[in-house]
Amino acid sequence: MDENIALIIEWVLKAVILAFGLITGFAYTTYYERKLLARIQIRIGPNRAGPFGLLQPAADGIKLFFKEELIPAQAYKFIFVIAPILTMVPALVILAVIPWGESFELFGRQIALSMADINVGVLYILSVASISVYGIVLAGWSSNNKYAMMGGLRSTAQMISYELALGLSFVGPLMLAGSMSMLDIVRAQQETAWYIFYQPLGALIFYIAMLAEVNRAPFDMPEAEQELAAGFHTEYSGMKFALFTMGEYVKMIAVSVIFSTLFLGGFDGPAIDRFVLLGPLYLVLKVAACLFVMIWVRATLPRLRYDRLMAFGWKLLLPAALFNIFITAVLILLFDLG
Amino acid sequence: MTALQVIFLATAAMILFSAWMVVTRRNLVHAALYLVLTLFGVAVLFVLLEATFLAVVQVLIYIGAIAILMIFAIMLTRRVASDDTVVANHNAGWAAMLAVLVFSSLVIIMGAWSQFTTFASPLTRPGVPSNELGQEIVAELGQSLVDPDAYVIPFEVASVLLLAALIGAIVVAWQKDK
Repeated sequence: MDENIALIIEWVLKAVILAFGLITGFAYTTYYERKLLARIQIRIGPNRAGPFGLLQPAADGIKLFFKEELIPAQAYKFIFVIAPILTMVPALVILAVIPWGESFELFGRQIALSMADINVGVLYILSVASISVYGIVLAGWSSNNKYAMMGGLRSTAQMISYELALGLSFVGPLMLAGSMSMLDIVRAQQETAWYIFYQPLGALIFYIAMLAEVNRAPFDMPEAEQELAAGFHTEYSGMKFALFTMGEYVKMIAVSVIFSTLFLGGFDGPAIDRFVLLGPLYLVLKVAACLFVMIWVRATLPRLRYDRLMAFGWKLLLPAALFNIFITAVLILLFDLG
Repeated sequence: MTALQVIFLATAAMILFSAWMVVTRRNLVHAALYLVLTLFGVAVLFVLLEATFLAVVQVLIYIGAIAILMIFAIMLTRRVASDDTVVANHNAGWAAMLAVLVFSSLVIIMGAWSQFTTFASPLTRPGVPSNELGQEIVAELGQSLVDPDAYVIPFEVASVLLLAALIGAIVVAWQKDK
């Protein structure tokens, strides 16, 4: 019985730490993005609230708490209210299968540095990612507004198209590691080399598809400000709007974590076998590097035209992903890698 | 009743309720959302049966791809939020009869099976530790799909069917005047 209680406490603690880590991460990703964008555009960025503007995310949060929340009279109220929640929850739960390190001993208990190392971890990530489009499409539909509707439709089309390429680029690391468990994939990379060296094309396809999946520039069609007046969240205000922003940034962090785990060796790093607790630190550093590239891309590339975006997804990215699987399979058989 | 039975009954009730709502809603988007709930309930049943792989694939394929495609098609082709869909047509009687027939024959066949009322014991296999069993089963599933002694013929027939549907979709969407 004691063992069970200890197990429950361990899980609850890990879940709380992960959720709080993600939410704090969200707050400081917005700050990171604003600072970095400003630097790239030769501005200074937020620098008033606290030292170096470090309290800016807190100030934004407090401001949004006191905003009036409007619900359009013709909206479908129930769906309108749950849509932001549906965007937020998948983004939070998707990281449950990510390993943050090997297990370590604390108070005589082996504590694994992951929430759940399930044997279909990769498929779990894909299926949770495929649910996250519902929040956006339902927000667009329930607002009963043509801009919001167009935004919702665009995001559906875009996410369906790029999800295929994203799913197929998972297959490369999966074949090399011979397992769908994320922990096994990281261990396989520790034994050989980070998969970005074995799978450069796969990593590139994954990165592009994940930009599209989280609606980041240059794929931020669903919320194109100039033509759609912010797209699917036009009618949202106050904390519901904040939840959408939060969902978007948490998803940015989540896909960066997944990219780091699949292609950059996850928690792998120097001296990791002696100091297990360095694992989360290495992963956070890799995620920060991924986020940096995302923000850099946003500051550099203009938005794609919509038909180009679809054509790029279907006619270039998807065949390239299939080709990558074929080549990987042939090379594994030739050099007996897997 | 065990906790498992309570969860099963609640899930089954949710599936039946949402399936009923799917066929009775006049608003097609609402019907599609209830369909998502039904499919999700089936995924929960898979989890209860410890078929994690099937549960995850159910969510990935049915909820993440098929249902979202349906919602997409409804939004593109219908007026937004219109409630003018006719729920039943003249085939409703036949459909109801067929459903009753299939359900009752299923109940009769299952009732005749000797192990219908016994509890299934958890999956075990000699020589395989329980935490690697799932991986083992998924690998066997994949191999049996391309094994001539197992399911290779249904697998190939299904893929030919999908190819035919793909070509059909291209033909329907083809612009003839170009």
